[in-house]
Amino acid sequence: MEHYLAFLHQYGPRFVDGTIVTIQQTVFASLVAIILAFCFGLMRLVPLRTAQITATIYIEFFRGTSLLVQLYWIFYVLPLFGITLDKFVAGFLSVGMCLGAYGAELVRGSIQSVPRGQYEAALALNMSPAKRMMRIIFPQALLIMLPAWGNLLIELLKGTALVSLISVTDLMFQAKQTNAVTFLSVQNFGTALIIYYLMARLVVAPGMRTFESFWARRMGRG
Amino acid sequence: MFEWKWEFTLEILPRLLQATLNTLMAAGSGYAIALILGLVFVLGQRTSSPILTGVIREIVEFIRSTPLVLQIFFLFYVGPQFGIVLPPWASGLIAIGLHYGSYLSEVYRAGLDGVPRGQWEACRALNLSASRTYFRIIIPQALPLSLPGMGNYLVGIFKDTPMLSVIGVMELMATANALGSETYRYLEPYTMVGFIFLAISLPSAFGLRRLEAWVKIKSGIEK
Repeated sequence: MEHYLAFLHQYGPRFVDGTIVTIQQTVFASLVAIILAFCFGLMRLVPLRTAQITATIYIEFFRGTSLLVQLYWIFYVLPLFGITLDKFVAGFLSVGMCLGAYGAELVRGSIQSVPRGQYEAALALNMSPAKRMMRIIFPQALLIMLPAWGNLLIELLKGTALVSLISVTDLMFQAKQTNAVTFLSVQNFGTALIIYYLMARLVVAPGMRTFESFWARRMGRG
Repeated sequence: MFEWKWEFTLEILPRLLQATLNTLMAAGSGYAIALILGLVFVLGQRTSSPILTGVIREIVEFIRSTPLVLQIFFLFYVGPQFGIVLPPWASGLIAIGLHYGSYLSEVYRAGLDGVPRGQWEACRALNLSASRTYFRIIIPQALPLSLPGMGNYLVGIFKDTPMLSVIGVMELMATANALGSETYRYLEPYTMVGFIFLAISLPSAFGLRRLEAWVKIKSGIEK
């Protein structure tokens, strides 16, 4: 135990640095994922063939291949076509694009599971399509999809560990670096595992639950 | 601008296909381990001891909310610290098995919870043994409920096998990395890896959906 405290005293700051980068990656990747999920999820529902096909290709492509393959492709192959991304940007973009494809299916599924009568009632009240979506359908769909988004954001947090493989200095990367110096694998990787666990259990999951109950109350279902 | 070279693609294709076999083997054996560990996790949570249930629940939560790639590193590097040296294949498969076992235990649990309480009570009333209750009554009803989740995680394991490349298992991704560093051409190997993944995961996802529908009809849930 004393050894471990000494270890933390010496290498703790590195883990803090890594955690900050992991949090940044998670926040940016979440934004990318949420935006893409809503764009492509809605595109699959509009009565326009080209939009549906584009969205289906995006979703199936990113869900059908691995995040790691996508990450390497974006980081190592895109520069060959003249698009060079900074590793930090390439990292959160890949994670966000991959998880966004899963999110798009959530968005589509939840909008489709809002009862048919709600559409019909909104139509009967002569609401414009935009108003119908924003005021009636979307708030109810959000309530349906939020629990699944909680899981997806934990998957996303876990996904950001892969950006260490293109040497973004996140938590995983720092753990690997200190392991190469100290060879104390249990302490290094164990500490990193615990930090990831605490972030998922104490930040992401309760945060999403709070948002869920807030939204349920707003919808008068609390 | 970098050009796609077909002769180079054809040249590396045999090695990539060879590696695809390794990937499929890793996914298959990882899944087999996960199926069994998932069962251990779920049955461990159904004993009469609330402490055991709580401990296993927390272990499952821990494994589910930490990154697989970190778990692979952990298992691979921790052994040697205590004098146990496992080959990359072994520690990689154990990590995948543990990770997906904890996911599958949730899928099994949902399946078991989906069987109406009356079925358990009827089994007790008929004085059926525990094994008979599970194998003849509960599992045949729980399986169709669990099958979609089980199928998704089979495809999920397949897509997560590239993470094994970080500890030097020569699967598809590691082979593409090796080809890239030998030839300084990354375009074809990485793109081909992407297409091989698509070519396997899309049809298998489709096949699994067909299988689910078939099982549902067979088990009398849907006509």
